[in-house]
Amino acid sequence: MIGPMLEEAWHAIGANRLRAFLTMLGMMIGVAAVIMMMAVGQGAQFMVDQSIASMGSNLFIVLSGSTTSGGVRLGSGAIPTLTTGDAEAIAELPSIAAVAPVSPGSAQLVYGANNWATSVMGTTPSFLDVRDWPLTSGNVFSESDVRAGTRVVLLGSTVVKNLFVDEDPVGKTIRIRQSPFQVIGVLAAKGQSLDGRDQDDTALIPVTTAQRKVFGSQFPGTVRFIMAQATSAQAMVTAERDMEQLLRQRHHLPDRADDDFDIRNLTALANAQAETTRVMSLMLGAIASISLLVGGIGIMNIMLVSVTERTREIGIRVAIGARERDILVQFLLEAIIISVIGCLVGVVLGVGAAVVANLVAKLAVVITGTSIMLAFCVAAAVGIFFGFYPANKAARLKPIDALRHQ
Amino acid sequence: MPEPSVIRTEHLYKQYETEAGPVPVLKDVNLEIRSGEFVAVMGPSGSGKSTFMNILGCLDLPTSGKYVLDGRDVATLDKNQLAHLRNEVIGFVFQGYNLLPRANLVDNVALPLVYAGVGHDKRNAMARELLDRVGLATFERYAPNQISGGQQQRIAIARALINSPRLILADEPTGNLDSATSHEIMKLFVALNRQDGITIVLVTHEADIAAHARRLVKFVDGRVTHDGAMAPAMSEEAPA
Repeated sequence: MIGPMLEEAWHAIGANRLRAFLTMLGMMIGVAAVIMMMAVGQGAQFMVDQSIASMGSNLFIVLSGSTTSGGVRLGSGAIPTLTTGDAEAIAELPSIAAVAPVSPGSAQLVYGANNWATSVMGTTPSFLDVRDWPLTSGNVFSESDVRAGTRVVLLGSTVVKNLFVDEDPVGKTIRIRQSPFQVIGVLAAKGQSLDGRDQDDTALIPVTTAQRKVFGSQFPGTVRFIMAQATSAQAMVTAERDMEQLLRQRHHLPDRADDDFDIRNLTALANAQAETTRVMSLMLGAIASISLLVGGIGIMNIMLVSVTERTREIGIRVAIGARERDILVQFLLEAIIISVIGCLVGVVLGVGAAVVANLVAKLAVVITGTSIMLAFCVAAAVGIFFGFYPANKAARLKPIDALRHQ
Repeated sequence: MPEPSVIRTEHLYKQYETEAGPVPVLKDVNLEIRSGEFVAVMGPSGSGKSTFMNILGCLDLPTSGKYVLDGRDVATLDKNQLAHLRNEVIGFVFQGYNLLPRANLVDNVALPLVYAGVGHDKRNAMARELLDRVGLATFERYAPNQISGGQQQRIAIARALINSPRLILADEPTGNLDSATSHEIMKLFVALNRQDGITIVLVTHEADIAAHARRLVKFVDGRVTHDGAMAPAMSEEAPA
């Protein structure tokens, strides 16, 4: 039964090719727009998610505070109020999983004939835990390296690329500000941070080495900032409060005094950005869906015209024995064929457009089977939904009126 | 033993609702048509004969009264059962042929079989057989607008016959045809009646067309005013 009906529907569509094509065009554009927008939206989301993952999770950064000197207020980190002792104390808090004091600076690195300026960070082994940062080769420096202030270094992949051509850097000796350092490990590549910096353009050395032997310090034992990781996302609020209390206590601040440090929740910032991206991608999808809706209305419009034009045909069919259901199915099939073909072409166009956007505009796109299936199913449902009314109208025509229609 | 009745109407009334109030079209029509009869229905325009045909064909329902088709009271049947009757018991032939313009002749003839659920190959074989019977076997791939009016009416008759109906309802089948072609078409009807025993009800304006039938029913103003065997002077019909 459905075989000849499909054939009939196909012929009916073929009898008005231009009209059918224009109707399909509405669906094509709608589906293509949805797929394209979902690809771009998911691409943006993917980028943000990746950046967040590369930053490490449930992260705080504790900066040393500002100071006012002769009416001039200096920014965060202007006075060195944080010490490695603060970092060790924070590490004892139950809401904190890992802590790393950081003493950053920048220096010229030299290996053989190559040299490269990069940011050198003095820190402790737990820095790699806090940042979820694995090594690709070699080993992390140890707590005893930190205590002794040995000259060992871990290199980021960008630094390795610039200093070493085809050699394995592990075990080699490089110079940082003229002092020899032994490379003991290479960090895995992390890519760009949320603000676009190359996270791999860095070198890690023990914090004590940085303080005593590389950058020096007016205030021995101080660090620029401390990175701290809470035990879980739920522990973030407690961790922030605990750290504030602890540091005020350790810095002997009176109740009225402002904090001489600054605790920032990095994960909250990142999550806000992720949320923005998610909303944006949802909005894109919603706007694209409107064109799908318009395509559906186009189908309904054309099917209504078609039913009116073919009223007499419907009358003939009814007179020779077509049931209401037969007429309904016939017109519904036409609407479904139009929307499904429109859909299939739309999927191809949408995927094609996303690929072009990726190649030409360098947009990050993610095309998933789910988004294609979703667009396809929604479009098919739109075809059925908007095809049903005209088909039902055709099926309910009174035979005698349909037959008399001129 | 009398033949069983194919059509029986009892006190059949039909009125149309218009803005000026109800307009009665059929008034108390009582008619019985037995299997194998060939009945011509005549009457002036507006006498209700077309409305009567539409009710006989289950395309329209009476306002009141009873209509029994092939032993079934149509008032008790649902839409699907009526569609089934139109498909398998009745064959329609219209004045305007009513072929599907887009379909070729085989597909037009085979169309009722689609709704009867017959498979493609069997449909086409049966349709070709009937095309052959109406003398148009060589035209099977033509579109309706490529053949003459008389040929189109033959195709319409072939379509009416494809489900082996017991009853053919022909509403002015020769109304658009010249007199020679009209008589060709009528010969076909006579043959179907005599050889195949198909009951035929034919509406016509023309006495010489009606003369091919064996019984004459006249409508005037919604009532049957005459019902009887074709008058001898009129029944000098062409041999079957």
